[in-house]
Amino acid sequence: MLKKLAASMVAAFALATGAFAAGGAGHVEDVDFSFDGPFGSFDQNQLQRGLQIYTEICAACHGLQYVPLRTLGDDGGPDLPDDQVRAYAEFYEVFDPEIDDFRAATPNDHFPGSNLENAPDLSLMAKARAGFHGPYGLGINQLLKGMGGPEYIVALLNGYTGEEKEEAGAVLYENTAFPGGWIAMAPPLYGDDVEFADGHSTDLHHLSEDVSAFLMWTAEPKLMARKQAGFVGVIFLTILSVMLYLTNKRLWAPVKARYKKK
Amino acid sequence: MGGIPHDHYEPKAAWEKGLAKRLPIVGLMYDTLMIPTPKNLNWMWIWGIVLAFCLALQIITGIVLVMHYTPHVDMAFASVEHIMRNVNGGAMLRYLHMNGASLFFVAVYAHIFRGLYYGSYKAPREITWIIGMLIYLLMMGTAFMGYVLPWGQMSFWGATVITGLFGAIPFIGDALQTWLLGGPAVDNATLNRFFSLHYLLPFVIAGLVIVHIWAFHTTGNNNPTGVEVRRTSKEEAEKDTLPFWPYFVIKDLFALAVILVVFFAIVGFMPNYLGHPDNYIEANPLATPAHIVPEWYFLPFYAILRAFDGDVWVVIIASTLTGGIIDAKFFGVIAMFGAIVVMALVPWLDTSSVRSGRYRPMFKWWFWLFVVNFFVLMWVGAMPAEGIYPYIALIGSTYWFAYFLVILPLLGVLEKPDAQPATIEEDFAAKMGKGDSGSAAPSTQPAE
Repeated sequence: MLKKLAASMVAAFALATGAFAAGGAGHVEDVDFSFDGPFGSFDQNQLQRGLQIYTEICAACHGLQYVPLRTLGDDGGPDLPDDQVRAYAEFYEVFDPEIDDFRAATPNDHFPGSNLENAPDLSLMAKARAGFHGPYGLGINQLLKGMGGPEYIVALLNGYTGEEKEEAGAVLYENTAFPGGWIAMAPPLYGDDVEFADGHSTDLHHLSEDVSAFLMWTAEPKLMARKQAGFVGVIFLTILSVMLYLTNKRLWAPVKARYKKK
Repeated sequence: MGGIPHDHYEPKAAWEKGLAKRLPIVGLMYDTLMIPTPKNLNWMWIWGIVLAFCLALQIITGIVLVMHYTPHVDMAFASVEHIMRNVNGGAMLRYLHMNGASLFFVAVYAHIFRGLYYGSYKAPREITWIIGMLIYLLMMGTAFMGYVLPWGQMSFWGATVITGLFGAIPFIGDALQTWLLGGPAVDNATLNRFFSLHYLLPFVIAGLVIVHIWAFHTTGNNNPTGVEVRRTSKEEAEKDTLPFWPYFVIKDLFALAVILVVFFAIVGFMPNYLGHPDNYIEANPLATPAHIVPEWYFLPFYAILRAFDGDVWVVIIASTLTGGIIDAKFFGVIAMFGAIVVMALVPWLDTSSVRSGRYRPMFKWWFWLFVVNFFVLMWVGAMPAEGIYPYIALIGSTYWFAYFLVILPLLGVLEKPDAQPATIEEDFAAKMGKGDSGSAAPSTQPAE
């Protein structure tokens, strides 16, 4: 009874959640990101490269309205030094209702929102898309590979086929990853769109991985702290379980012994 | 407490006597903690503690989250992101609360299935069962309203679909829906009242939990044999039972710790596993998501709701007989709430005199089919209502009702139960004696 029930609960759990995630997205390949899996962590250099790509290219249309600029200096993020955060913030102009005018942003402000009405805000994009759903659509591989949001972004940036069509006055671009196959966004990256100070590769695939990693951070800035808390929780509770098991065994031993002798 | 004879609290020191005379709180706590509990409880009897823990976890994390949350359509989504980014430990708090709801439902389903298998709902524990069902209903309401609060796409559209169910009620539906929503559509008024009720209902649940515990402490626990504790003398009762503290408290805490290892692994390493990605997009009344799916714990009932479309013959008959008052939509609503009502009525639908499914050879099969069917409904509830899925949902829904309304009443008449042990002690001894050559010969006491 117990085992059967436990097994069926687990199975159903997996079934239900997998079924959930199944939706009409296109083809998405897994990418081996540094932050996948329980032991994964953000690659600080990759986040900084991603920030550069975002700033030079994505920010032309898109925004990150939920991300405070000061968090660029946080541990477990791009970890920029304070003066660089301050300097970076000054790139942006924000509207200040107190002076009723625009002024240069400070680290206490957020990234600006999107400039174009139909360009979605990217703060949470890496969590708002589930790229792949694991074996049999169970979704259980999230534990090791993440939700597939960043993978979806990589696939989208690499998914342009070069085909275009005009529909209702707007140009649509064919994209193998986008649900429906046609996206309004023109290919944003072609490769060699930016130049990195450290000379890191700038081919299309590397660029899209870097910017996807950065967007994963904007979506889940506390990822590393969370995994750490998870570890502390799991280890502490495992020790507690063992101790409670031994206590329980000892406690019941005399009761059980009474019947074993019979 | 209860009919089981046991030691009661005796105040000894003068101040204890004085306190007991004025407020017998120590005695109440003593009797609650030291309640005689059947020795042979198995690991399916641990879910009560898990549920109590979940309620406490949800209330504590919830109270802290409220300190940083803003219930307004323009600010709710941003305030959740504020919690995730700026509040110390906020991300962890929110993920605990979010996944805590799932743990709560895992535990409550296990608890309900245990009750169904071992006949815990049968006399004299019907009131415990009914209160349990009320708690379960309130949990569903609380969870549903809580899911609306982050004001993501699924929050908004889930609220729109579910409150739309009330609109399906003939004559008063539209007025009722408007009254519930506080307007013609899901909007700020809806968010505010859901927030208010989401904060209120957990305390109602806490009150009902106390009554739930009070009720089964009065009747005594059921146990895997379904055989009652002997009550003729304290000596005999003590052969069948052990005090709750420390024997069952430690056992339950051990089980809870093991379950929490899994829970913390999910919260720490894949906290969005059970959520829907669309809920990280702010609610937009102008853009409907491709698939609107409720949280996993509602899926079986969602499947039942959708199973009855206009082509099903019972729906056609109902519609014709009532002159179209009961249409397919309303029929689905009746079926969904009916599914819970028949479950609540199981104490009177199950005609068997034997309590535990362990001694019911035919019942066992039907029960496990019911469990499998529950999970099939859960799976089909997540699928789009097209192709073969509506047929599977219809078969599953039919079995759900057949189980309670046909199978359980008939089994009591048709089934020949196996021999039950005479006492709980005998069952316990038999289990302990497994390592030795032979166990105590099971006495052949026919079912009542």
